[in-house]
Amino acid sequence: MLQDKDRIFQNLYNDGDSNISGAFKRNDWLNTKEIISKGRSWIIDEIKLSELRGRGGAGFPTGLKWSFAPKEVGSRPHYLVINADESEPGTCKDRDILRFEPHKLIEGCLLASYAVNANVCYIYIRGEYYFEGQRLQKAIDEAYKNKLIGKNAANSGWNLDIYIHYGAGAYICGEETALLESLEGKKGQPRLKPPFPALVGLYGCPTIINNVETIAVIPTILRRGGKWFASLGKPKNTGTKIFCISGNVKRPCNVEEEMGIPLKTLIEKHAGGVIGGWDNLKAVIPGGSSMPLLPKEVCETITMDFDSLVKEKSGMGTAGVVVINKDQDIIKCMARIARFYKHESCGQCTPCREGSGWMWRMLERMAKGEASKDEVNMLMDVTKQIEGHTICAFGEGSSWPVQGLIRHFKKEIEDRNNFNPLVKKDKNIPYLVDQHLLDKT
Amino acid sequence: MSLKKISKEQPDNFQFNDMNLKTANEIIKNYPKGKEQSAVMSFLYLAQRQNDNWIPLSAMKYIAKRLNMPYIKVYEVATFYSMYNLSPVGKYFVQVCTTTPCMIRGAYKLVDACKKKISKEQNKLSSNGNCSWAEVECLGACVNAPMMQINDDYFEDLDEKKTSVILDKILRNENVEPGSYRGRKNSEPENNRKTLIDLKNATR
Repeated sequence: MLQDKDRIFQNLYNDGDSNISGAFKRNDWLNTKEIISKGRSWIIDEIKLSELRGRGGAGFPTGLKWSFAPKEVGSRPHYLVINADESEPGTCKDRDILRFEPHKLIEGCLLASYAVNANVCYIYIRGEYYFEGQRLQKAIDEAYKNKLIGKNAANSGWNLDIYIHYGAGAYICGEETALLESLEGKKGQPRLKPPFPALVGLYGCPTIINNVETIAVIPTILRRGGKWFASLGKPKNTGTKIFCISGNVKRPCNVEEEMGIPLKTLIEKHAGGVIGGWDNLKAVIPGGSSMPLLPKEVCETITMDFDSLVKEKSGMGTAGVVVINKDQDIIKCMARIARFYKHESCGQCTPCREGSGWMWRMLERMAKGEASKDEVNMLMDVTKQIEGHTICAFGEGSSWPVQGLIRHFKKEIEDRNNFNPLVKKDKNIPYLVDQHLLDKT
Repeated sequence: MSLKKISKEQPDNFQFNDMNLKTANEIIKNYPKGKEQSAVMSFLYLAQRQNDNWIPLSAMKYIAKRLNMPYIKVYEVATFYSMYNLSPVGKYFVQVCTTTPCMIRGAYKLVDACKKKISKEQNKLSSNGNCSWAEVECLGACVNAPMMQINDDYFEDLDEKKTSVILDKILRNENVEPGSYRGRKNSEPENNRKTLIDLKNATR
């Protein structure tokens, strides 16, 4: 288990003080000037050495992303945008960083914006986190007052302004290009890539977009060295991560742990175990709702890191672990997730707009046992028609959980929905039956 | 994308009061010159706060004029995002999260409480007109499920009984304390801390 001294977010539960005085005690803003004076390429190399992968879900190497920004500022200014639009069901880690460790984020913003040549940083917070936004604004004001950001930030000679922009309840704005559209004052519909935001982003200028957790760990990595961070976790899956364990566990909680911790340890030790005991476990969604679920057999041995989870055809995502026990109806759970995606689809691409509704309606019927046998395969077909046919990754995000359900619990769905509509006409569900075939018989 | 009902009764005029006008001018400065359109979301929030929690069409026209953009673009934004209310929701707007992590911890019991106390259907005002409720998607406090949001405040670790008590209070216009209703500290594992122990003891 990770030792307390290696935990980056010491104030995760707000035992101390989230104000600047408390942040100083936790060594935030210590030697910021010296770190910056080591230069841009040193910072980027150190982050590359740490093998930090983005914490927003995709797991893209952060150092590599930063190196995509143009080396020199041309005619267009550079921007740094922080994605705090946390809305993935099962995930609530950024909220605690915004509330209790805002100075880690702000210092990270300064270091990151220096590394990518940005003088302006926007933090896009979901609108529901109004209180968290106010806390962050207070921390930004404190930082301005102490000359840690603004003109000649922290005496480093670099200028940085940080602004908060509130979202308004659209899940899709967590997608980076939709977020940029929203920042520009439009509806949040993703853009086609390429061009990638690193070259053409906010207002058409080079823009680097990072998750809150990614940026908040930067100061600690640079202070303690990329090697230290890389020594934690597993190769290519280094460092620590905040896991959010929710659902049917005795003590749901957020906890910072090493990458590659076994899922079973996470649930049994930190979250007090599954309600009704480990044997009562049905399935676990390992990384927020868009990652396919894992059945109990896999949960016994799986470790929580990007590569191991991909091997099991799931993913680390945002590390929002949702535990589902046998008291729940797994089909109903997935139908509710499908409803979430139907509600949040931005409506730009037809496969996703229409398909998300299809999946939801089919799953609702399957939960009630009103679907026919061959519809299970039809549902799988629908998910395949959405996946890979949309502008952004929302298509994958909405179809993967359904695919996961069918992959692992196909038998359960078929047992519940085992009638053949043409034979059992007395089941009065008109939309299931080909009407013209009925007339002839 | 969700369907949005636009109120049939619309005020003729809207304009920012002095305080909001000042705030609005400050917000515009956050964005580069010529990119004032970025402020539209913040302006809609200001309008919503000023106008008892909902945005009339006249406010959209007013904002469009102020930001020098077509009215339809403001309308597009206001209808796209779910947090802009386009018809009255009452002084207290109760939003119950019912997405899977909350659902499996009993979120629909909170919905039952809302149905009993406020109104049978969502988005309908209570009989005294100061409150309405809606089922919403993930509010990002899954560890503290089930939970609901009333205006800006999060109410966490609820059950049906506690929800009823809260709803009774707001229906009587009384103050309610936000936060966890099981007395737990933020998102820590209740009585099961295995991490950051020294810090916890230091504060006691």
